[in-house]
Order: sequence, then C-alpha cells, then structure tokens
Amino acid sequence: MKRYSAFAIAREAIGNHLGWQKAWASPAPKAAYDVIIVGAGGHGLATAYYLGKNHGITNVAILEKGWLGGGNTGRNTTIIRSNYLQDPSAAIYEKSRSLYETLSQDINYNVMFSPRGVMMLAQTHHEVRGYRRTAHANALQGVTTEFITPARVKELCPILNIDGPRYPVLGALWQARGGTGRHDAVAWGYARACSAMGMDIIQQCEVTGVRSEGGQVTGVETTKGAIACKKMGIVVAGHSGQVADMAGFRLPVEAVALQALVSEPIKPCMDVVVMANTVHGYMSQSDKGEMVIGGGTDGFNNYTQRGSFHHIEETLRALIETFPMLSRLKMLRQWGGIVDMTGDRSPIISKTPLGNCFINCGWGTGGFKAIPGSGWAMADLMARGEPGPLAEAFDLWRFKEGRFIDESVAAGVAH
Amino acid sequence: MLTLECPYCGIMADETELSPGYEAHLKRYGPGSTDAEFEAYMFARKNPKGVHFERWRHAYGCGKWFLAARCTATLEVFGTYPAQTSGPPPHIIAAIKARRPGWEAGQ
Repeated sequence: MKRYSAFAIAREAIGNHLGWQKAWASPAPKAAYDVIIVGAGGHGLATAYYLGKNHGITNVAILEKGWLGGGNTGRNTTIIRSNYLQDPSAAIYEKSRSLYETLSQDINYNVMFSPRGVMMLAQTHHEVRGYRRTAHANALQGVTTEFITPARVKELCPILNIDGPRYPVLGALWQARGGTGRHDAVAWGYARACSAMGMDIIQQCEVTGVRSEGGQVTGVETTKGAIACKKMGIVVAGHSGQVADMAGFRLPVEAVALQALVSEPIKPCMDVVVMANTVHGYMSQSDKGEMVIGGGTDGFNNYTQRGSFHHIEETLRALIETFPMLSRLKMLRQWGGIVDMTGDRSPIISKTPLGNCFINCGWGTGGFKAIPGSGWAMADLMARGEPGPLAEAFDLWRFKEGRFIDESVAAGVAH
Repeated sequence: MLTLECPYCGIMADETELSPGYEAHLKRYGPGSTDAEFEAYMFARKNPKGVHFERWRHAYGCGKWFLAARCTATLEVFGTYPAQTSGPPPHIIAAIKARRPGWEAGQ
C-alpha cells in the first residue's frame, strides 16, 4: 500500500495520475477466518482496525450487506463531542474524541476532523441547571467543557437569535474541542488501513444465518456462501435485532428512523456546531456550504431508511426562532437512517449468550462520534474475551440487573 | 405520513394526530416474578423487520389506546383493532396472511 503524502501527489501529477492504487481490495471470501465482523460501517471497520493494530489479529473478514459505509456512517450529521453526564459515557466518548484528533495521521487518510467547537444551547431554566451539572461532571471526568453566557454564545455564533420570545438562549454548554469530521472518509480510511493489514472487506455479502454448536458460533451463512470463524462480532446498528435473532438471542433494542436534511449551499456563516435540544434540532455548516440539520426520531419501529415530511416541518419550525436566517433558505435533500435505540439510550458493547460471539450496538442517534472509541473497546473485548475498562459498564445484562447508564435524561434528545 | 384508522372514532388519523406506544401484547409481570421475566417485559423487544403489532393512542382525537398491525419494512398497514384483547383478532390475522402468505402468527 503506497502512502498518501504531498510527495505522492507531486509524483502522481508527473505520472498523469496513473499510479494511484485502489484504496482497498475486494477479494472473494475465504472458507474460514479467525474473526468475522458483520457490518462494514464505521464501528465494524474500526473494530477490525484496532484488532489488527492493538492486538495483532489480522486474519479478519468484514462482511457488509450493502456498500461500505452506506448505512448510518454515511447518513449522520458528523457531530463529534464527549460532554456526557455519566462517567462510563464520558470515558468512551472522550477516548473516541481524542482518537479522532490524530486519526488522519494514524490511518494515513484525511478524515477532515474539524475541532470547531460544539455548543449545546440552554433555552429553558431546566436546561440551564442540567448543563451546569454536566459541566461540573465533565470537570471531574477530565473532559474540558464550560457553561457560557448568552453574550458569549452570540459572540461565537452571531447568526443566533438569543432573544427569542419563546425560546430565549439562557446560556450554553460549550466544548471547544468538539466538532465535525468527514463521515465517509472515516469509513474509507479505516477500510484502507484494514485492507493494508491483509484483512478482507467483502461488500454485497449479506449474512443470512448464524451457525452455532454447543453455545459457540462456528460460522455464518451468507449470500456469498458459508464462512467459518473462531470469533464473531455483530456490529450492524439498525439491523442488530435481525442478526441477534439469527444467533438466537433477543436484544433490548428497537429500530426507529432518524432523519436529517441539508440546505442549499451558502457562504460561510457559522463556524461552530449548535445543538438546540429543547426544540429538537442541531445544525452545522459543511465545507460545501450546506447547512446540515438533524431532527428527531420517529416514534415507531421502522426499517425503511426514509424520513417523513412532518418531521422536517417540525424541526425547521422550531429552529426558525433561534436561526431566523433559515426562513429564507431552500432545503436541498433529506434522508433517513435506521438507529438502534436501547432502553437507557446508551450503547451495548458486550459478550452474548454465545461464548465466542460479541455485539456492539445500541448507539442510537449518536454513533458517529463514537466510532474510534467504540472500535477500540470492541477490539479489546473480542481479543481478550473479557471487557476492558471502557466497555465493562455497557454489557447486555445491565438491563436485567438495573445498572442503567441513563443518558436519555442527560441528553434529552437525539445525540 | 402514516395514516391509521382509529377503531373507536372510525376516522382515518394522520401520524401527527397519534402518539406511538411501541410493541403490543406484552405480558405484564408483577410482584413475585423473576428478574428474567421483568427484563423480558420491560426491555427485550421483538423489533421485527416485517409484520409488527403496536400500541397507538389517538392523542389528538378521542384519546383512546388502540392496536395496529403494520409492516416495519414497507410501512404497510394491515388493520387496527381495540386494545381490549391479548392477541390479534382473526380478521387481522386473515388480512396479514392475505398480503404475507408465508407469515405465521406468533412469529
């Protein structure tokens, strides 16, 4: 694998750009692997990457039913932050955020991490109290955040209307080191790094069955034939319930649609990420100039990857008071993704009832920011067979035992 | 936009007029039940990609809870029925089988 560098660009410019290699290989599946990861989204690819990098396990296949990064990895609003209330959440999201800072250098692929700052507006007195509490919790957790005044909010994001009659801005939780990244590049970069380590990324290969014997997985059946494995990781987000069903266990997960939309591209007007949780909307501006807007989830089980018009109307209606300029903006595209929501709105990184089968799911509406940290923790779990400090609180049995990591109260909204 | 018929009012109600209540026909467990039974009742969900039975409330209408049979993969609605039942009635099962010949109740 040739490295990407300024020198490589100069060399290829001389050679008419004929020497660029494919970023990753697309081999036919082998009969058996040490590890099979189901799902080549960000989390699956990151798991495979850290299995190779941190644990030296490279006889790995990553199976993908569609195309690489075509699920939620390519459908989110690319927000990266770690200002969570609960300690286990703050630990894994902060690990993830810190890995994002050096990810481009680590995998030799520009993921365009942009630590532009994330601002979560407090628009009710309840939110002011909640975010002050989060800022104190973050200080104890070693996550740098602060509660800022409305004047500072206006200074950081001049297009905000802080004096709205219905939703005045009373302050904000500010994480200066949060920001955005290029979602496709995260998947492509990890895929290229995995392929360079000799792992097989197999697209258009849907898992249709899980073979097990005596409480151990022996392999999977796929649309490209049966493949044997010694360990299996399920990292399929919205379809976790389907694959778990094939493996014979049930999850505390419901699949619902979450949608987002972008406006027509305009000149740079906003260089931070703003989340307005009271009105259920969050917004940033992409490098192309589009305003990227995320809304709420549907309230019912849905696998269609489609949005619905009334959610767009609700999201924009609510955001217009806070961002008056939106009223003059045309919306360009909208799309939906299927997110896996758990009972406590926290993820599951866990062993399963099958001894050599592991699952990473339940990231719900906030998975993109967690990709590197989630992969790191999942690789650790799969390599050693036991969860490390980042994953241990996120096990599947916490629902039975009442050890919730309750971020539904802390986040209050899609996160 | 999802449109469901309220079995009490008999009117077609848009999604914006209704409140979703997720999986129907869950068995409710009380004091003396095991941890596993409570977990199954409170958290474990069928979450099927296909035929699903759900609770809905006609929140901005008559206010009553009712149940719906719906496909989560296509958003097709097979029918709605009153909530005072522990399982889907025969005419709903028949409506589902007419559209999904391979489907079996209890899946």
